[in-house]
Amino acid sequence: MEFGLLLSAVLFVLGLIGVMVRRNLIMILMSLEVMLNATGLAFIVAGSRWGQADGQIMFLLILTLAAAEVGVGLGLVLQIFHRFHTLDADSVNEMQG
Amino acid sequence: MELILFYLTSAVALFATVMMITRLNAVHGLLYLILSLLSVGVIFFLLGAHFAAVLEVIIYAGAIMVLFVFVIMMLNQGQKTIDQENAWLQPGVWILPSLMALVLLVEMAVIVVLGGNAQTGHIVNSKQVGIALYGPYLLAVELASMLLLAGLVGAYHLGKPILKITRPGGNS
Repeated sequence: MEFGLLLSAVLFVLGLIGVMVRRNLIMILMSLEVMLNATGLAFIVAGSRWGQADGQIMFLLILTLAAAEVGVGLGLVLQIFHRFHTLDADSVNEMQG
Repeated sequence: MELILFYLTSAVALFATVMMITRLNAVHGLLYLILSLLSVGVIFFLLGAHFAAVLEVIIYAGAIMVLFVFVIMMLNQGQKTIDQENAWLQPGVWILPSLMALVLLVEMAVIVVLGGNAQTGHIVNSKQVGIALYGPYLLAVELASMLLLAGLVGAYHLGKPILKITRPGGNS
């Protein structure tokens, strides 16, 4: 099962690279989905290794979190596109943080 | 045999994810993201987590991706959209994800023909999951429902002014 955990880690890193490199807000949200999916895969691998149901329950909770996150995130994307007429994450830096 | 299927599915998942984060067009990336989620669903099936595999396909590759498609289509309007859709329907765009999805389909067919027990881990069936979910994890289920309610209210609040503007002839 080391291979499953390795696959999960690689998928998570790919999602992280996507979040850091891409500037399109929709692509950033999609990379976040990949990251959440990779953590779910890690839980499923662990639950399958020990034959326990807890892994799948944690996956269910992650799924719930992903659904809520995507709803609110896409609402924010709609608001940003409505106000700035762009999907570039760098153009929304009015706080100058 | 199971390990070969597992490695093949992992290769499809990694390839699809790499292609996803390198696509310039959001819809092309979405195609590869759906492929990546489907292959992770097949991996869940191979690991013996059948319930999670079904949920992965229905909720991730179904509902959440429909949300993405909806928003991408909402943000494009006019002649530009028509040109884009013409470009999206070129065979070069969708033939590669379709071929990889065909690989996943062949894998599932092989599993079914071999008797449906190609797991590489322990099978945890949905009965065990249900018993644990409504036993020791009852509080977590309630918290998840609160989270979904908060997400619903937040998405409605964020989307309401835009829907009001884009509705034809409506000013209420």
